[in-house]
Amino acid sequence: MIFDPRIITDHLDDIGSGFLVTLGTWSSGVLLGLVLGMLIAVAQFFGNGLIRAPLRVFIEIIRSTPFLVQLFLLYYGGPAFGLSLDPIPAGIIGLGVYGSVYFAEIFRGGFESIPRGQLEAAQCLGITPLQGILRIQVPQMLVLILPALVNMITVLCKETAVLSIITIPELTMVMTGIGSETFAFVETLLALCVGYLLLVEACSRLGMFLEKRVGRFMNRQAQ
Amino acid sequence: MFDWPLLLQNLPLLVDALLVTLKVSLAALAFGFVIGILVGSLRLSPSPLLRRLGGAYIFVFRGIPLLVQLLLIYYFLPRIGLPNVSPTAAAIIGLSLAAGAYIAEIMRGGFLAIPGGQLEAAGLLGLSAGQMLLRIRVPQAVRLTLPALINEMILLIKASSLVSVVGLADLTRTAQNLAASDYMFVQDYLMLAGFYCLINIPLAFFGGVLERRLKEQNA
Repeated sequence: MIFDPRIITDHLDDIGSGFLVTLGTWSSGVLLGLVLGMLIAVAQFFGNGLIRAPLRVFIEIIRSTPFLVQLFLLYYGGPAFGLSLDPIPAGIIGLGVYGSVYFAEIFRGGFESIPRGQLEAAQCLGITPLQGILRIQVPQMLVLILPALVNMITVLCKETAVLSIITIPELTMVMTGIGSETFAFVETLLALCVGYLLLVEACSRLGMFLEKRVGRFMNRQAQ
Repeated sequence: MFDWPLLLQNLPLLVDALLVTLKVSLAALAFGFVIGILVGSLRLSPSPLLRRLGGAYIFVFRGIPLLVQLLLIYYFLPRIGLPNVSPTAAAIIGLSLAAGAYIAEIMRGGFLAIPGGQLEAAGLLGLSAGQMLLRIRVPQAVRLTLPALINEMILLIKASSLVSVVGLADLTRTAQNLAASDYMFVQDYLMLAGFYCLINIPLAFFGGVLERRLKEQNA
């Protein structure tokens, strides 16, 4: 098994566009997941039982079913409900919904870690609930939940490989396509592995940098 | 929207496929557990080289999407002279290797929670390293990490939905085949999701109960 670099260099254009699709679906899915997750967490934390119960069911269902099955339901089952999506929007929505319940659990843990008394004090000072969330709770909990968030974001990076099954031309699909053209399956797949490892490693390095950055005020307090 | 007679007709096929999914996931959990104990002990070994080795294993198998790992196994095994590995075996190999990396991290946490004095005492009593691992460290670590291991089982059952790429007709692939022949996408895929919920929701509940009980014991 000799690795022929031309297999990669001959297809650099395709690989580049596949990489962009992976990056695009990943980042859009993460953003959607973070927003949905924050909404779910806020509804769970501040809402009454009528809101919490259906959300709980939704979270349990999404957490109990494979991402691939959710994608199938959205992409192939969607048209029956009048929801005909192109592969890439379907993939982004699927990724966002899948990520949102995990993000919501992380945010919920964060909200619970901030003492309620702080919010009560803020209310007495005339700070609105939204300001309370954005300026008092989120900055403090971010320090605690950042490692979990970064971990989930890398998990979503790996889940983008599954998007190839609903024909999204992302990195995995492009590389296996090159593999079936050239019959150099092992070479292309090994290159693909290296690509994902670099992506995941870059993401967790960035996470570590951010952890230091958002945790700065804590060190300052310690001094 | 639902065609009930067709649904009932498809049900036995899906139940058979569920057994395939469960069989593969359970086997992968068992092999992954063995890999996890080995790699987890490597991570805590006194030798820096062995620690690095364990770390590299975890980095690689946790950093690469499972789908890519499965594809690689599918194409790689014939290259190294194993052309006729059955789809079941290929699926179990792929899932076990990945599960091993996650279980290694879980077991490492479990091993660290065991007081070091126990191992010193065991050493003084003349227990070998192997005996210490199997009779002192693993049983206690498993008890401490049982909720995390159950969570790993849920993740494995979900991950096994990808094994159709090595040619195994698991639950997901069977539902896909049904949907391709009867065009009842919503019905077939909802059933599919229902089957996964049927297994995973009770497992998650069980894991939650164990976790609370463990917390109470430690409190």
